[in-house]
Amino acid sequence: MDSGGGFTDLLQFIFMGLQRGSIYALVAMGFNIIYNATGIINFAQGEFVVLGGLMMVTLTMGFTFSIPFAFLITVLFVMAVGILMERFTINPVKNPTVLRLIIITIAVSIILEGSAMILWGKESHYMRHFSSDETFEILGATILPQTLWIIGILILIVIGFMLFFNFTMTGKCMRACAINRDAARLMGINDRKMVMLSFALSAGIGAVAGIIITPIIQMDFGRGTMLAIKGFGTAVVGGLGNSLGGLVAGILLGVIEALGAGYISSHYMDAIALLILLIVLFIRPSGIFGSSEASKLKEF
Amino acid sequence: MSKNHLELINLRKVFGGVVAVDDLNLSVRRGTITSIIGPNGAGKTTIFNLITGYLKPSGGIIKYDGRAVNGKKPYRVAALGIARTFQNVQIFSDMTVLENVMVGRHLRSHSGLLRSSLLPPFFRKEEKKISCDAEKWLSFVGMAEEAGRSAGSLPLGSQRMLETARALAMEPNLLLFDEPASGLNARETVAMGELISKIKEMGITVVLVEHDMELVMDISDTVSVINFGKHIARGTPAEVQVNPDVITAYLGE
Amino acid sequence: MGRQDYIGLCVFFAVVLTIPFLITNDYYISVLVFAAFNCLACIGLSLLLGYAGQISIGHAAFVGVGAYASGYLTVEMGWSPWMAMGAGVVLVVLIALLIGVPALRLKGHYLAMATFGFGTILYIVAVAAVDFTGGPAGLSDIPAISLFGLVLDTDKRFFYFSWAIVGIGLYFGLNLIHSRVGRGLRAIHGSEDAAESVGVDTPFYKIQIFVLSAVYSSIAGSLYAYYVNYIDPGPFSMMHSVLLLTMVAVGGMHKVWGAVIGAILLSLLPEFLSFLTESFQAVGLEYNEDYNTLIHGSILLLIMLFLPEGLIDGLGRLAGGVGGMINIKRHQDSAGT
Ligand SMILES: Nc1ncnc2c1ncn2[C@@H]1O[C@H](COP(=O)(O)OP(=O)(O)OP(=O)(O)O)[C@@H](O)[C@H]1O
Ligand SMILES: [Mg+2]
Repeated sequence: MDSGGGFTDLLQFIFMGLQRGSIYALVAMGFNIIYNATGIINFAQGEFVVLGGLMMVTLTMGFTFSIPFAFLITVLFVMAVGILMERFTINPVKNPTVLRLIIITIAVSIILEGSAMILWGKESHYMRHFSSDETFEILGATILPQTLWIIGILILIVIGFMLFFNFTMTGKCMRACAINRDAARLMGINDRKMVMLSFALSAGIGAVAGIIITPIIQMDFGRGTMLAIKGFGTAVVGGLGNSLGGLVAGILLGVIEALGAGYISSHYMDAIALLILLIVLFIRPSGIFGSSEASKLKEF
Repeated sequence: MSKNHLELINLRKVFGGVVAVDDLNLSVRRGTITSIIGPNGAGKTTIFNLITGYLKPSGGIIKYDGRAVNGKKPYRVAALGIARTFQNVQIFSDMTVLENVMVGRHLRSHSGLLRSSLLPPFFRKEEKKISCDAEKWLSFVGMAEEAGRSAGSLPLGSQRMLETARALAMEPNLLLFDEPASGLNARETVAMGELISKIKEMGITVVLVEHDMELVMDISDTVSVINFGKHIARGTPAEVQVNPDVITAYLGE
Repeated sequence: MGRQDYIGLCVFFAVVLTIPFLITNDYYISVLVFAAFNCLACIGLSLLLGYAGQISIGHAAFVGVGAYASGYLTVEMGWSPWMAMGAGVVLVVLIALLIGVPALRLKGHYLAMATFGFGTILYIVAVAAVDFTGGPAGLSDIPAISLFGLVLDTDKRFFYFSWAIVGIGLYFGLNLIHSRVGRGLRAIHGSEDAAESVGVDTPFYKIQIFVLSAVYSSIAGSLYAYYVNYIDPGPFSMMHSVLLLTMVAVGGMHKVWGAVIGAILLSLLPEFLSFLTESFQAVGLEYNEDYNTLIHGSILLLIMLFLPEGLIDGLGRLAGGVGGMINIKRHQDSAGT
């Protein structure tokens, strides 16, 4: 990178931050969807991202499928994994305690991680960019077209989900379940189906995050845990259950990280990011946006 | 020593927009049974939660033995000699019945982490004393036979008795009962009433929240009626029963 | 008052004494020494998780702090191994307080994630703080520890030493459970509100048990360092935290003995699997360490789904069920004749 002065560097870091932050925001959204439907924090959320990325690598690089087709297949595949997870590990638990559910999702997470390691090996996987991998310049900062893809897809997903939750019957039912599951059930909403749907959607979002970031970070099997922690932290900072909060928090975290890595140290970058998240978790478990009462308003 | 064992002065609790306790004034005389009655959602449990520190008042003062005790943590309130039971019974279901009552002796025993871990229980005097005392309180409520049973396996009636024994094991000065008879059958309700009267005779001040009017009218010295967090009437059971405000509160206009 | 537990403790010591006479192969002895480290850490974790009901998915980090304190202080500062182990304990107490005080105000998922995050931070530091930890290359030439002038540098000596410490850890743990403090902790697990209503200072109790369980881990880490004489960040990763959790869950969270059994079983599992696959080599099946993650995850999941109380309890109930069936059968038989 040519040192085009303070402003260009800053702009560069901000673009990097947006790119990372979009992924955190998507992971946080995945957390929130399941949390709203079930009250469960799914520790396997990060593995959905990894699976999405790795599957996409296989389909595009191995099978040389076209990107849109591979995209579709990958998302469907990971959604199926999400549904299987719900059917076989969450649904059968008769008297769930929080502790038991936490451990179950952790177990699923390492099963997925272990399987990914066996299937895809330990190495990082390269994937071709959606369009050209030639950078171009905006105000002196160099940008990859993939970054724009990431930001664009994030925006599409957010809009898509807003429409889904506000204008479709299923979406409204899911919101009703999130606000008051018992009342929703009394109104005849099939809450069990909503739980399954929430796992499917959440897995799908995870897959998308994995697909769009892999050309940039080169996916490997072990990234899930860190993504899960950061995504959870993001969701908490944004107010658990509040997806718009998570969106803002994700972008914020990405930018802070990029600035930290750029100006302080890249060795400790993850540690610093986690430390910030821990501090927020300790000081304001209800998130930094609005009061603890506002955090009860579960907006998707 | 002030005549009033417990005094609530302009006590207030607001949840979001709901005023659950609305500038409530209430006093409880030492050594009596004071009942608080009122329709569902009147704020009775909230009053208990405020007194025992589970909730922080939005305003007002709680005086116990003439001293303000607002804003203390529940375990500090317990150390002052205030015990309580819960509307939805809270026992330690994975422990035995006896162990439940032994937990009630917590404040009456002292060994900490280090002393606890150095010697096995059968070499420690304090352990023996704790289990002895606990057995005594278990017999007091008539449950000595169940000592070794798992508490979670008890029927609801026995669970409420056990909760009472655990509270008594604290040797409190003030005992708050939150609907001790709810879910009990007629026979169990009578037994519970007798137990509460016996507790009063031991010199413990009792505050009782209860929907079973027969029980309330039977054993109370004073009855306070609240509605929408406000005190609307107070008197002896006989006085309260004929009070027109009370009848309106219960039956509607 | 838990007499079976103390009879169990006697049996435990008897078994530990006889094992080296039964198993003469040093390799298997060394496998059991590693099991002892896990056992110690798991006993601590089970006090926290099974009795007080507070989850931690960062306990491998405490093992790591003990190991690195021992490694660094002996190798770089020339301290004696015992002093270094003590310093490790002090350090772990401080760190556990620092993280525990704020974290234990949190519940459930929040606590799980907080300990997870904290464990990850320490792991990153272990990899990145090359000056202290040697980074990914680790620290080597860690001296052996000696006891009453006897250098514990053979597998057999270390076997006795490490399992004796496990025994002591068990003894303390069992005493604690059957005490006022132990009941207080179990009460917190049962109902925090009820525990506070009888005067249990829940924040103080939680932090005490968190610190204590961290100390168990720290000692396990120090022992590991003195036995292997070399440490790198690998064994202190999040995966190991989850493994500890799995061990505790497999044996049964609500019993200290569960932690002991679970730790032994899972520590022996890789040996058992490689032994098993040797017989199946013809089919092309071969056990490989890479499968561990998947295997541990599957075990944890199966246990949580089908035997949430752990093997001890589950097998006990199963045995009870079979016993009951036999009894019924006998009744029918006698009725028939
Ligand atoms: N933690 C809380 N958060 C919000 N609102 C609450 C909370 N606890 C109680 N409330 C509200 O305060 C009001 C009083 O509730 P409370 O439980 O004290 O009533 P109660 O008199 O005990 O009723 P019941 O006889 O049904 O037990 C109710 O409107 C209730 O919904
Ligand atoms: Mg109530």
